[in-house]
Amino acid sequence: MSNQNQSPHFVKKIMFTKKMKKDYTILSPMMCPIHFRLLRPVFQRVGYKVDIMENEGPDVIQKGLKYVHNDICYPCSLITGQMLATMESGKYDPDKVAMIITQSGGGCRDSNYINLMRKAFERAGYPNVPFISANTWNMEYAPGIFLSPLTLLSAAAALVYGDALNLVSNQVRPYEVNKGDTDKLLDEWIEKLGDGFSKGKGFSVSAMKKTVNEICRTFAEIEIKKVPKIKVAVVGELYLKYSVPGNNHLEEFLTEQDCEYFIPTVLGFGAYKTNGALEDLRTYGGSLWKRIIMEIVMKYYFFIEDLLISGIEKWPQFTAPERVNDLKKRAEGIIDTTNSMGEGWYLAAEMLELAEHGYENIICVQPFGCLPCHVAVKGMLNKVRRVNPRINSVDIEYDPGATKVNQENRIKLMLAVARENLNTDE
Amino acid sequence: MRIGIDIGSTTIKSVVIDDDGNLIHKSYERHFTLITEKTQEVIKGLIDKFDIKEPVVCAISGSAGMGLAEKAGIPFVQEVYATKVAISKRLPDTDVVIELGGEDAKILFLNGNLEVRMNGTCAGGTGAFADQMASLMQISADEMNELAKSAQKIYPIASRCGVFAKTDIQPLLNQGARKEDISASIYTAIVNQTITGLAQGHPIEGKIVYLGGPLTFMSELRSAFDKALKCTGTCPEDSLLFVAMGAAYYASEAVDLNAALEVIVNSRDSIRISSLEPLFKDENEYNEFRERHAKDRVERVEGIPYEGEAFLGIDSGSTTLKVILTNDKGEILYSRYESNQGKPIDVVVESLKEMYAKYPKAHIASSAVTGYGEDMIKAALNIEYGVVETVAHFTAAKFFLPDVEFIIDIGGQDMKCFKIRNGAIDNIFLNEACSSGCGSFLQTFASSMGYGIEVFANLGLFGDNPVDLGSRCTVFMNSSVKQAQKEGVTVENISAGLSISVIKNALYKVIRVHSADELGKKIVVQGGTFLNNAVLRAFEKEMGVDVIRPDIAGMMGAYGAALYAKELYKKKGSGHAEGYEGVISSEELKTFSYDVKSVTCNGCNNHCQLTVNTFSGGRKFIGGNRCEKPVTKKAQDDSLNLYEYKLSLLKEYSDEDDMSNKSDRDKVIGIPLAMNMYEMLPFWYAFFKKLGYTVKISGFSNRAMYIKGQGTIPSDTVCFPAKMMHGHIQTLIEMGVDVIFYPGMTYHFDEHKGRKNYNCAVISGYPEVIAANTVNFNDIIYICDYVGPHVKNTFRVRIKEILEKRLGTEFSKSEIKKACDAAYAEYNSYVSKVRAKGNEIIERAKQEDKKIILLAGRPYHADPEVNHGIHKLIAGLGFAVICEDSVAYKVSKFDTNIIAQWTFHQRLFSAAKFVADNDDFYMVHLVSFGCGLDALTTDEVREILECRGKLYTQIKIDEVTNLGAVKIRLRSLMAAIESGKGEK
Repeated sequence: MSNQNQSPHFVKKIMFTKKMKKDYTILSPMMCPIHFRLLRPVFQRVGYKVDIMENEGPDVIQKGLKYVHNDICYPCSLITGQMLATMESGKYDPDKVAMIITQSGGGCRDSNYINLMRKAFERAGYPNVPFISANTWNMEYAPGIFLSPLTLLSAAAALVYGDALNLVSNQVRPYEVNKGDTDKLLDEWIEKLGDGFSKGKGFSVSAMKKTVNEICRTFAEIEIKKVPKIKVAVVGELYLKYSVPGNNHLEEFLTEQDCEYFIPTVLGFGAYKTNGALEDLRTYGGSLWKRIIMEIVMKYYFFIEDLLISGIEKWPQFTAPERVNDLKKRAEGIIDTTNSMGEGWYLAAEMLELAEHGYENIICVQPFGCLPCHVAVKGMLNKVRRVNPRINSVDIEYDPGATKVNQENRIKLMLAVARENLNTDE
Repeated sequence: MRIGIDIGSTTIKSVVIDDDGNLIHKSYERHFTLITEKTQEVIKGLIDKFDIKEPVVCAISGSAGMGLAEKAGIPFVQEVYATKVAISKRLPDTDVVIELGGEDAKILFLNGNLEVRMNGTCAGGTGAFADQMASLMQISADEMNELAKSAQKIYPIASRCGVFAKTDIQPLLNQGARKEDISASIYTAIVNQTITGLAQGHPIEGKIVYLGGPLTFMSELRSAFDKALKCTGTCPEDSLLFVAMGAAYYASEAVDLNAALEVIVNSRDSIRISSLEPLFKDENEYNEFRERHAKDRVERVEGIPYEGEAFLGIDSGSTTLKVILTNDKGEILYSRYESNQGKPIDVVVESLKEMYAKYPKAHIASSAVTGYGEDMIKAALNIEYGVVETVAHFTAAKFFLPDVEFIIDIGGQDMKCFKIRNGAIDNIFLNEACSSGCGSFLQTFASSMGYGIEVFANLGLFGDNPVDLGSRCTVFMNSSVKQAQKEGVTVENISAGLSISVIKNALYKVIRVHSADELGKKIVVQGGTFLNNAVLRAFEKEMGVDVIRPDIAGMMGAYGAALYAKELYKKKGSGHAEGYEGVISSEELKTFSYDVKSVTCNGCNNHCQLTVNTFSGGRKFIGGNRCEKPVTKKAQDDSLNLYEYKLSLLKEYSDEDDMSNKSDRDKVIGIPLAMNMYEMLPFWYAFFKKLGYTVKISGFSNRAMYIKGQGTIPSDTVCFPAKMMHGHIQTLIEMGVDVIFYPGMTYHFDEHKGRKNYNCAVISGYPEVIAANTVNFNDIIYICDYVGPHVKNTFRVRIKEILEKRLGTEFSKSEIKKACDAAYAEYNSYVSKVRAKGNEIIERAKQEDKKIILLAGRPYHADPEVNHGIHKLIAGLGFAVICEDSVAYKVSKFDTNIIAQWTFHQRLFSAAKFVADNDDFYMVHLVSFGCGLDALTTDEVREILECRGKLYTQIKIDEVTNLGAVKIRLRSLMAAIESGKGEK
């Protein structure tokens, strides 16, 4: 019988050490461009060299396919491809880079992205590249990573600003009279806020309140001409919602099609996930201290969520997202709020919320074969449409082999129906 | 006057409607992917016919028209939307439109709020698919329709993807199933695909309209839809032109068609598609390549009179049949390679007759047959040996390269690759049903572009910028090719790109290779597809190695079989039992005849469709069976099959009494036996029994049950076990239970082998999918709340709350406690029984010197409809069969490279480690098609096994599984085990 306690196939993980902090560049995949551009100076300030990979193209996709299992979800294979293509680009010393990737720790496959990437790096001939897990569960130890409360607060502030900028700029851009005004202002803000972060400023509550208000004010001042446009919301899997190579330049396409689009906040998703951990404890039980900690974290989320939302709500011309507790009520009778795997109950609630706020045309993005999406997206669409029959939605699957033409054709169908609705409403 | 043009995937249609709404012009023709040219023709035709000089109201629609319309400045309307516009003009009382096109399928729900569905990434079950299937049977599409009219039975054919279906149909053809029945089965498959793939839980009812080519031309396809939907749909006049008409109705802008035509004529796209390196730098490189490969050949002595011993090898493949006769030096006396025309026996008989005529003095001393048709040919023609394909190919490859390390064979339908270690077949990769079609895909594409396969492939040799088509399912490639064509890529570059894609598919999808070193330096490539120089070159370039391609690359199976027969003949000392001559004699051949009958086996609840072939001389062959029962007339001995034991245990958990005989509680609880219920049934059954309820179970799955639920499946790409759940729910509803209990469980019991004890996301949330998509619960109380029996105290409180709320009955705390205790006790007792039986089987197998196969998967892979009787097949091959949960507990927690946070997967890893650490155990891993988590586990399980030198065998299972391929794997595994034994 088996008495050896280990299996020889196991490979010991390379840790990110304190020494590495000095001369290693930490490479992160790009997800939401505005947020990440703001986060970078936060970490640079405390001594981490952080670069964000934005490369794309067939080489990236091929590398992903070559080194990770082809049935894994698209975000994993795409990011792995980005990472490996970056390693080979000659831009960095392969012995002096570390990779960072999120790890949710939930029942979804993304908890294992980091390990699949390690395997891929080993096969591709980079066994010594350390991987840093960005997670909230202390899943992996990295001696070289220490984030002070101040850094964490700044990061939270970066997310608040990112969300605010994302929300208002998307609502102004389609209507701007002078093309480019919105993006110009957006860049100015990112630069200004980034500057602040590099100087250790901008994270206090008062600064946040003031800045959110200022953001709204400045964007509200852009000269616009309101004409009826198709209003589209993009919901679905977190990474694909935001990532430009991930969703095949969806925002660009929607702009070309003359739509206004709404992309939900990162903060909202964070609040949903934190709530999910609490729901899990409520349904299944668990240690008291864990529950107490989660309650505190949740309180903090409520706080910054409110800061962002009430900041935007002051400006009636902008649509603000709903608070997670209100969204929860929308899920009632559709899907149990215990279900927090992947998009869980959040997606159905979000669709109903957005539809009520005028974004009845909804694109649900998801990786081909995504497990939680079978439940949260495809499983719920029929019911969500029964609750609000005005919802005009299309689900788009992303995959290394899926063609842009096919995706755009499907979106165009949704838009044709949207246009008809828009015309009859007028 | 308004004009509508519909540029579809295979055809181009145009209509002109006059101001009174009359259709004054219509045209319909195939464009053979020459989209720009054909569009020019059509527009020119319209201009001439109607003498158009002024701007006219016009719009373009269709999947292939998007880019073109933009360029020409003609308004574009999405094709599904166009259909909707046309329908609301012409048939306004329609509720549902089903439109099948060349490569796409759509459903429009018009009742209430408009809802449109079209096929997305998975594009099976369309017109092109029906055409392909017809050509597979060598009949025209019309003939197929005619044949279907006299069908007597329907075979299950995978309906998800055209590529799958092909692999189901071919064996049916080979086994001699009636073409009438197959034709009707194909239509039914298309219907099923449309219902699960497109309706996705939306009921199809009311007034139904059929549109598009396939539904217009094939009356039997319409009636298949009628039958499945229990309605009578109509196919209106001009049903092919609705998209074009919709475009015309939609059009509002006047366009200068003459100017647009000008633009189209002069348009030559700048190439935006990414391209790859050409296959050959120049003519010299090509010549060097040709010379190098010209050397790998076998001597042919065809036509030279021969006297002496000869050896016959037959490879009865899925689409083609290969026959080779060699002399005693292995030189080829006779060879034949042709399509089996669905009647492989006839082809062999003809070949044999020719051989006997050509070489009257040769004596066929021995013979061997390999391939899908092996058993049938062997029985029919008295062939001496049956040899598994991998062994046949290996034998042939050794002839060309004695120390071969890796063999890859790409045929028309399938791909086989294997590594050779220590002179034995070590690691086998077969393409899963999904990526098959490799060689035939090239062929299909060649003919759709109007070329023969050879001409088409040769064009690719000198493509200067081969187009990058990716390496995914061929259906995806299809649309990539379309996109490339639209952007003006030349045929040369598309051809080269396709060859490269075939190779990439093989390397990265099937073999999952990371670098050339993994395969070794001594590679033999074979299979008909490699006769194509572009494919061969693509392989060498991609891997960076020079390989051997024998001149008989397409016939290596047959050649290997002949050599195999020769070797054994020599080994045995050149003799046979009395009255046996090594093959059917020329005398018997003269009067040879056979007869095929199709019957349903009622030996067990698999209900296999059997084809019974009776040959002259009294020999018989039964095909389509999954166990030996119909052949031996005896029930298979299942005493060493833990799966059967599990099923017999689970069967006991159901109340057999009729509904009128109600126990002290007034409600009857129904539990669906699917997915994780395969593990939880003892628990919940005991729980409700203790509370005093009558508990009914939906029973083991079967095909009919699946069909019952398929209309409510919202995701066509979810795994089959999950899809099966819908059938169980419908079954319970029909049984008339009062309550259906199917709780959500984010967690399974913690077995302390990893970080967490999750269930997969699908298991965890599927009860809610059922809730959201089942519309006929009526008065039935459906309980799908989340519960976690893994935390006893919380569970007790929560289940009480849930039941009280849902059932409206009060329960005392002690009642619930007793029920919980009973539940945990029953679960534990079930687990220990399985473990004890597992140990007993292991003991007995060791005494009887039987090899033990650990058939590992998930608990619900025990479902006979889900695993297609694979456990019986393995047992039938003489193995003892155990499951993962019967040994996993023996292995203590160990480190894995991926986080083991799912209980069922932890069991897999532990089981793999158990096999790795113990001799005489072999692992066969069952994987559900589309199981996302198995994308993680397969590599890990493989690594755990291979780091200790154990073989890894994976079997992918789906709605329909080709047991032929499964058999090859298992027999190759047997052969490898055997030869491994020889080494020691």
